[in-house]
Amino acid sequence: MGEKAKGFFVTGDPLIYGADVSIIITLLGILVFLTYFKKWGWLWSEWLTTVDHKKIGIMYLVSSLLMLFRGGVDALLMRMQLAMPNTHFLQSQHYNEIFTTHGTIMILFMAMPFMFALFNIVIPLQIGARDVAYPFLNAMSFWLFFFGALLFNLSFVIGGSPDAGWLSYPPLSELAGSPGPGQNFYIWGIQISGIGSLATGINFLVTILKMRAPGMKLMQMPLFTWSVLSSCITIIFAFPVLTVTLALLFVDRFFGAHIFTAASGGNPMMYVNLIWMWGHPEVYIVVLPAFGIYSEIVSTFSKKKIFGYKSMVFSMIIISVLGYFTWVHHFFTMGAGADVNTFFAITTMAIGIPTGVKIFNWLFTMFRGRITMTQPMLWTLAFIPCFLVGGATGVMLAAAPADYQYHNSYFLIAHFHQTLIGGVVFGYLAGLYYWWPKMFGFKLNDRIGKWAFWTWNIGFYVCFMPQYALGFMGMTRRVYTYGWDMGWAPYNLVSTAGAFLMGIGFIFQVWQILYSIKHGERDLTGDPWNGRTLEWSIPSPAPHYNFAHLPAVRSDDSWWDMKKHRYGAAGQDEIKEYAPIHMPKNSGIPFLMSACWFVAGFGLTFEWIWLGIAGLAGIGICLLARSFQRNTDYYIPVDEIKRTEASIGRVV
Amino acid sequence: MGVSENHGSAKTYILGFLFSLILTAIPLWLVIQHVMSKTVLTVTILLIAVLQLIIQFFFFMHIRDGEKPRYHVMALVLGAVMVFTIVAGSIWIMTFNSQVH
Repeated sequence: MGEKAKGFFVTGDPLIYGADVSIIITLLGILVFLTYFKKWGWLWSEWLTTVDHKKIGIMYLVSSLLMLFRGGVDALLMRMQLAMPNTHFLQSQHYNEIFTTHGTIMILFMAMPFMFALFNIVIPLQIGARDVAYPFLNAMSFWLFFFGALLFNLSFVIGGSPDAGWLSYPPLSELAGSPGPGQNFYIWGIQISGIGSLATGINFLVTILKMRAPGMKLMQMPLFTWSVLSSCITIIFAFPVLTVTLALLFVDRFFGAHIFTAASGGNPMMYVNLIWMWGHPEVYIVVLPAFGIYSEIVSTFSKKKIFGYKSMVFSMIIISVLGYFTWVHHFFTMGAGADVNTFFAITTMAIGIPTGVKIFNWLFTMFRGRITMTQPMLWTLAFIPCFLVGGATGVMLAAAPADYQYHNSYFLIAHFHQTLIGGVVFGYLAGLYYWWPKMFGFKLNDRIGKWAFWTWNIGFYVCFMPQYALGFMGMTRRVYTYGWDMGWAPYNLVSTAGAFLMGIGFIFQVWQILYSIKHGERDLTGDPWNGRTLEWSIPSPAPHYNFAHLPAVRSDDSWWDMKKHRYGAAGQDEIKEYAPIHMPKNSGIPFLMSACWFVAGFGLTFEWIWLGIAGLAGIGICLLARSFQRNTDYYIPVDEIKRTEASIGRVV
Repeated sequence: MGVSENHGSAKTYILGFLFSLILTAIPLWLVIQHVMSKTVLTVTILLIAVLQLIIQFFFFMHIRDGEKPRYHVMALVLGAVMVFTIVAGSIWIMTFNSQVH
């Protein structure tokens, strides 16, 4: 570390030089492309300043797939290091940095934005709204995430990556343990994007409560909307804890306080306690929307109403609240005493009950349904057994006395990868395949998709099943290398092979997207899956204003009901007069203000106070400028609506 | 989308801001001047914090306004439960040193 803290640019590792070169080539490529094709104006007015939830969703999606690539490369590097005993493929310092950034990136900069992508693209369409409640704030959230992620990712070529583990426990993350800027990159990258996450939580909670189509009661909302609502409740209560905890860590590092130091009256365990108060709800934040996605898909492709709608809603709300009362199971071994551990062991096991209810509801929905094996359905079917095993090992870990054996072993690693990949990633991928036609107007190729599905799935089990065994054999997480005498070598080699299979699965998916852009089956109806909810009642991709007429909802599964009883958008004779549509105007402030946050974060990371103050001043100016903006909305005139509707093949 | 919502006046915002400033300055002064014993000081700071919370509810967050579905009451009740969990839970968990005996 000491050597690395000296230089501004990270030096000495050929892998890093390779990264430097590829970053420069990619940047130059983008700059040349934009200039040569005169796309700068297009980029600014269509993307950087947009407040359209659909475009913001696509930007979230692209960023999260890029982050999936980076986090995945981190994973493969780790698996290469561990494939054989006594390997020195990576230096130990580099290995520490990679497992730290792998975890942080996969949760905060891959799962969260992937989830927000689906929130943005689907929720307004699904509840029959024309945008979110606060479109400007929505753009703000995206750009804060973007610049936060950029700041965090910069660390591996400038200044040095954080290396204190994905949750940065003190005393390792304190100034004495991590003197360089790496840990500051961690704090500011997460703080900046964290503001955006909190704002998104508020935004979608209000959107769902206040912007539903006329007639849509709460208990008629699609289950994905319900899952987003419950996830947002958890975001609102959990993210402030993260912000405060990291702010306190920053106070320790920047001002020399002793809140979490081991000396001078500080208490490092208080950090562990606080960070898991966010960290545990966080896993429910990301998995709840996945549950919503599975519910939509199972119902659509079984051609049946979801089984036990009310119990689905209640179980999600219970999970979102109960998820807040389990955090100590991450540090049973702290030794808080039998009563504390017992309480949190019971709450943890209790969470298995509503989750089990949901599993049974999905199975009963499929029971005697007419199931079509589409790609979204495949991922959903793969999820159920995978998550079941992940949940069962979770209950094993929840038994506090037994946890002393499993704690921080590869058993734990296998468990949480099984729930996070089998639950969250499979769910988001299922959602991606399901809503892809709605985003871009074409389906993703089936044949390549199946190759991707099977390599991902086989790769997953080959990678993680041996890790359960390794955990029992005593292999702890974060070990850098091991000897032949441990007997871990064959299992690790198999696990590495599985990781590479998953990597191949990802390459198949990239190929699938590129192939389908050219050859994918076009969706001309707007309803390629014979869907049940409102997003399928409008053309794909949805026009700028989403709904020319706000739909009048009469039942749950409202689009299915409209198709069955021939009313609303599915009726032939019901053509109402158009009215001008009220829409928000684009704004450059979210982009500029988030760029100022980036400058401030970069300054504070290197403790260049002048740059930090300059960035903060820029943020203040942007806030002021926005406060005095009056002209923030406009109306789309009727003939423009008519022209757009005619151009996408709708009866005017 | 209702248009009748009351967003408060400049006067209430400025008053609320001033009250908040005063209620922040008092504990700072108390800490710097060492006028109280440790326990009394902690309790006083906590009381002033709660007072400031109430001030902000009334002056900034329009707690008295509202329409039919009383979302802010639900949010506050849930918030109270969560805050209780964070504070009481942390105290309970972090007393682990004294439980051993």
